[in-house]
Amino acid sequence: MAVREFAERGADLELVGIQKRFPGFTAIQDLDLKIPAGSFFALLGPSGCGKTTTLRLVAGLEEPTQGRILIGGKDVTATRSHERPVNTVFQSYALFPHMSIIENVAFGLKRRRIGDPLVKAHEALKLVELDHLAQRRPQQLSGGQQQRVALARAIVNRPALLLLDEPLGALDLKLRRQMQLELKTIQEEVGLTFLHVTHDQEEAMTMADTVAVMNKGAIEQMGAPEELYDLPKTAFVANFLGQSNLFAGEVAGATDTAITVDVGTARLIVPKARAHRHNGAVTVGVRPEKVSLHTERPVDSAERNVVGPGRVLDVSFSGVSTQYMVDVPGHGTILVFAQNTGSGPSVGVGDEVYTSWLVEHGFGLDDGAVEAQRFAPDDSTTSIAAQRRDDLVAELEEG
Amino acid sequence: MSGEVQAAAVLGGLAESEQTESGRRPTGPVRPRRVGLGSWLLPAYTVIAFVFLLIPIAYTFVFSFNDSVKSNIAWRGFTFDKWLNVCNVEGGAVCEAFANSVIIGVVSTIIATTLGTMIAIALVRYRFRARSVISLLLFLPMATPEVVLGAGLAAQFLAVGVPKDMTTIILAHTMFCISFVVVTVKARVSSLDPALEEAGRDLYGSPAQVFWRVTFPLLTPGIVAAALLSFALSFDDFIITNFNSGSVSTFPKYVYISASRGIPAEANVIASAVFLFALVLVIGAQVSRAARVKRLAKLG
Repeated sequence: MAVREFAERGADLELVGIQKRFPGFTAIQDLDLKIPAGSFFALLGPSGCGKTTTLRLVAGLEEPTQGRILIGGKDVTATRSHERPVNTVFQSYALFPHMSIIENVAFGLKRRRIGDPLVKAHEALKLVELDHLAQRRPQQLSGGQQQRVALARAIVNRPALLLLDEPLGALDLKLRRQMQLELKTIQEEVGLTFLHVTHDQEEAMTMADTVAVMNKGAIEQMGAPEELYDLPKTAFVANFLGQSNLFAGEVAGATDTAITVDVGTARLIVPKARAHRHNGAVTVGVRPEKVSLHTERPVDSAERNVVGPGRVLDVSFSGVSTQYMVDVPGHGTILVFAQNTGSGPSVGVGDEVYTSWLVEHGFGLDDGAVEAQRFAPDDSTTSIAAQRRDDLVAELEEG
Repeated sequence: MSGEVQAAAVLGGLAESEQTESGRRPTGPVRPRRVGLGSWLLPAYTVIAFVFLLIPIAYTFVFSFNDSVKSNIAWRGFTFDKWLNVCNVEGGAVCEAFANSVIIGVVSTIIATTLGTMIAIALVRYRFRARSVISLLLFLPMATPEVVLGAGLAAQFLAVGVPKDMTTIILAHTMFCISFVVVTVKARVSSLDPALEEAGRDLYGSPAQVFWRVTFPLLTPGIVAAALLSFALSFDDFIITNFNSGSVSTFPKYVYISASRGIPAEANVIASAVFLFALVLVIGAQVSRAARVKRLAKLG
């Protein structure tokens, strides 16, 4: 039962209780996911979190150990890859080296015996502005061009669901940005459902309508990019999507609208609406760019949380902003990103400073305790090495 | 003698120039320039090696034009007779042997290449019980001395009571060719990106379509190389053939037997023809390859 018809529109995808075990480890444990039709959905996570496996399950290149996969309401769990209305843009592009570009793009159409495959293939190549290279071989094209051919080869089939497996990973930064915009434009033009897998949080946030952050085979949090960034639910999300300053403590008091958390040397106020838990041991946090530096202790007020004094450990200038690392006794390191607008205090390494932020910028996590920092401080080479090794091990396991 | 003197002069001159140079740049030790031995010994050695390799081929080719009577050792004058009447001596024994060799080579190559390719794909792609044992066993025919293989096989045919003829030779050749095919094709299969086949499946290709339109074309260079190797091995095999051929004559067997009483010039003719044919094939392949590269470059 090959798919003989073009999909009218993107279809929705539903994963129900998906589990995938490989010999020796579990890649995905109990995953439920619903992606609405026509949306641009990003699965974001570190390598080895199970995101690529999820994609391969949807494409039919792997079989789930348990659970069901529904595309457009139809159960496709038992069907094979070539019977699913799904196409993939592979990480390595996987263009057929023995065929010309136009033959590559027409491959899917010919297999489905759709009329005028070459005409349609040329149209798809025009969409990615590569029609003039139709007669060339893939190895004669640059990385960015190959990536666009891979995209044309997939969308020419008008799949109900397009899967993108880190297709921009091999491109340099400038080309990446350009391709991100192009992908987004094409998605809006053709109205297909895109499922994009990536470990690049910036890419996920700029392109997707909805982002799901995956960790250890499960989804930690799902929502619009702004929502995830503004109000992370877990320590993992808080640190994977951007960076965060996290403080663990006990709830010491509560009003109608806010809780007060005792984190040792300071009392931090977090609005109830922005805290996932309202009693017991909690972890609260704030984004580094919301924190400001002061050379003198700011006046205590109900609108502002103050932590300090601490000492500046490191100052690194990155053009638009400056990144400060402040060591506060009893808290550890606090990260501060200050815009270089020329208005803030000028502080150097070793100076004594106070940090503060508006109460409405803080957030309370759902996790009990702070997990180990996923992003090691930049100055610690040993922890970077350890992280690299963990990534590599995870990647090997996934592969 | 004069060469040596010249070399010495050159060496001396170089040494002098080094000295003046080091005089100008006093800092840092001067590395003595390596001149002399390598610049003439390597070319000389190369020429000698090639002469040694090519003389027998040249001899065979030249003596295919010899107007010989019985033995083909002394030069007795130039003639095209042997080339024109190659099948007319000894009732066409040379040609019959040659034809047998070609038939055996082609049939065993087809069987060995087909089976070997299938085995190679299975060994790389699937994890099954006894996979590593099979890999090892496939290496054995390559490692075993041919005499042992030939004699062993002959004993088996005798024990089962199979009469020795073309079929037994083909069986024997297929057996040892499979190993070489598996090794050659396996290398190609392992270097194949599995994502390409996945892309084929993803683009609505049924398993058969993916094999014939993606996997097979990508494996073709390896399969062709394996087939050529297989044919070459089969065509010039003497030892195993001799044990399992009975009264059937093959070209190597014919040459070996007639060597004792002087190889007829017709054998030289066939050997030269095969050599020239192979040469034309290789040159043709190179030329068409170069033309394709040029064409692609023009496009690009």
